[in-house]
Amino acid sequence: MEGHVAGNLGAAALVLLLAFAAWRVRGSRRGRERFGEIVRRRPWASAVVALYLGVALLDSFAWIDAAAPGTVAAPRSLLDRVFPADFGERSYSAPLADAEFYGGEPLAHPGRHLLGTDILGRDVLHLALGGARVALLIGGVTSLLAIPLAIAFGVAAGYFGRRVDDVVFFVLSTLASIPSLLLLVALVMVLGRGTLQVCVALAITSWVGFCRVVRGETMKLRELDYVQAARALGVSDARILARHVVPNLGHLVVITFVLTFSQLVLSEAILSWLGVGIDGSWGQMIDQARDELARDPVIGWNLGAASAALFGLILAVNRLGDAVRDVLDPRTLRERAG
Amino acid sequence: MLAYLLRRLAWGAVTVVGVLLFLFWLFFLYADPQDVARRALGEKAPPEAVAQWLANHGYDKPAVWNPAAPLDTRLADHLRRMLTFDFGKSDADDTPIAARLADGIGPTLSVTVPLLLLGLPLAVSLALLVAFFRETYIDRAGVVLSVLAMSVSILIYILGGQFLLGKVLRWFPISGFDPDPGVVLRFLALPVLVGLVSHLGSDVRFYRAVFLEESNRDYVRTARAKGASDARVMARHVLPNALIPVLTNVSLAIPFLFTGSLLLESFFGIPGLGSITVEAIHANDFATLRVMVYLGALLFVAAQVLTDVAYTLVDPRVRLG
Repeated sequence: MEGHVAGNLGAAALVLLLAFAAWRVRGSRRGRERFGEIVRRRPWASAVVALYLGVALLDSFAWIDAAAPGTVAAPRSLLDRVFPADFGERSYSAPLADAEFYGGEPLAHPGRHLLGTDILGRDVLHLALGGARVALLIGGVTSLLAIPLAIAFGVAAGYFGRRVDDVVFFVLSTLASIPSLLLLVALVMVLGRGTLQVCVALAITSWVGFCRVVRGETMKLRELDYVQAARALGVSDARILARHVVPNLGHLVVITFVLTFSQLVLSEAILSWLGVGIDGSWGQMIDQARDELARDPVIGWNLGAASAALFGLILAVNRLGDAVRDVLDPRTLRERAG
Repeated sequence: MLAYLLRRLAWGAVTVVGVLLFLFWLFFLYADPQDVARRALGEKAPPEAVAQWLANHGYDKPAVWNPAAPLDTRLADHLRRMLTFDFGKSDADDTPIAARLADGIGPTLSVTVPLLLLGLPLAVSLALLVAFFRETYIDRAGVVLSVLAMSVSILIYILGGQFLLGKVLRWFPISGFDPDPGVVLRFLALPVLVGLVSHLGSDVRFYRAVFLEESNRDYVRTARAKGASDARVMARHVLPNALIPVLTNVSLAIPFLFTGSLLLESFFGIPGLGSITVEAIHANDFATLRVMVYLGALLFVAAQVLTDVAYTLVDPRVRLG
């Protein structure tokens, strides 16, 4: 399957998932209240995250136009279509400049590059907006791999205990004892470059934390009266897990997902700098721009745009994550009451 | 006590063996030896050269099972080398790995030790200050500033620090290293400063949470009820009891003391273990990378065992069960 077709399907699946989540939240009074509470506490962060999500979705739906004679047609996304098709220049140009930065040759699109162009003449605003899709892809795909794995192993270890728990705990402590950046680098080196490979490596390093949380919570849940009662009534293990244990882990999954998300995106930036990141990410833009500050005169717009885009998303997600934890975690509520 | 110590040590040893088996799977079973050789020699290497390279580096032996000589396998070699610290040659340029590590440990420690010694008191005292003024504007400002600081990528701290303090203000050299004691501080100042600032946000936030959790305990309320002042409660009651989670957090940083910071060292040109790791990544040197991962894990496990044993000595509530 071609890249942009898979991207379209993934984006469509994400839209369906968001619609389903919105429908579920709207359907229950508690869901509406909690969602409203989170947005009320962090209006700015919610708006910024929604904005990034919108840009990422715009950049995810792509299709190929008929090529002009003598050229090869490439898929262009909705975001790409906001910009003219031949928006490139030959090299650096400052924001809103009329001429190239070095040499002073006139530009093909004078005064149209809001944030200037990079060394290859690509529009920096376009690149920075395109990074949103990559960042959400990193967080999304990694979580999609890590969360089911963590729930399966964590619930099994916490519920069945004994041998199962011993094995899972051994795997967890083995992976946890390897410093995470070294583990990440070793995995990416061996798995190879590519979006999926990087996400698999991030998933292997991040599921350990998820799994620990799930295991601990399951251990607590299995001792609760209603679970004990279900066991005494002879309800099967599978049914207890499906009806009484897994649904009660939902809030933990949401909290851990939001709190881990920013770590994943920041880790990818480090991988990009080590030369094993994902194409089109902000980390890669920063990596490509790192020598530009040493030039004279300094070229700052490229690095500035990538840094600001990365910082904006991480800050918004971090702020939102705190609110999500405070609202969804019953423990913090109890602390506040006590 | 002795039984607990032995059990803890045995569990640590089991974990290290787990790490070794994981590394064996990753680097010897999952990674194709032919591919490793091609990466080291280049795509167009003739087959004889590849075969020669594989034999030189021991990649040509059977992986796990050799009926002729049971101990002449890659698994046995891997375990023997790692456990005896006889790390062999680099995959990239055939230099002995152990000698390079010995050269790199000095520069690494000269960055990480000041980083820890300055960073810990700084973060703890800032967190104490913020926790002392909890539920006020100082606290709220402290939390927001911490979140702002931890949302900045370390890449940006490094590039920004080099640009601002090195290029514009010319306070420090942008990068480089010289072990001569007269000038070494000039080269270390900027990496240590950048390292301090980049960790400060998340550390202050974490320690603040620790102090706040401790100050909600009953004994703190008792102390207040007795009429102890806020400052006294913080210094005499909260701080000593909160030291356990603080020390746990510090013990997690011990492997980092030795493996060094990949980013700081390579950006600032410090020839330490972090730089060696980054060079190994760029040169596709799997042997060196393997050793660094193993050493990092070994130090982590050792630090965990030591911390757990220290708990039993310090805190009588920790049961030896």
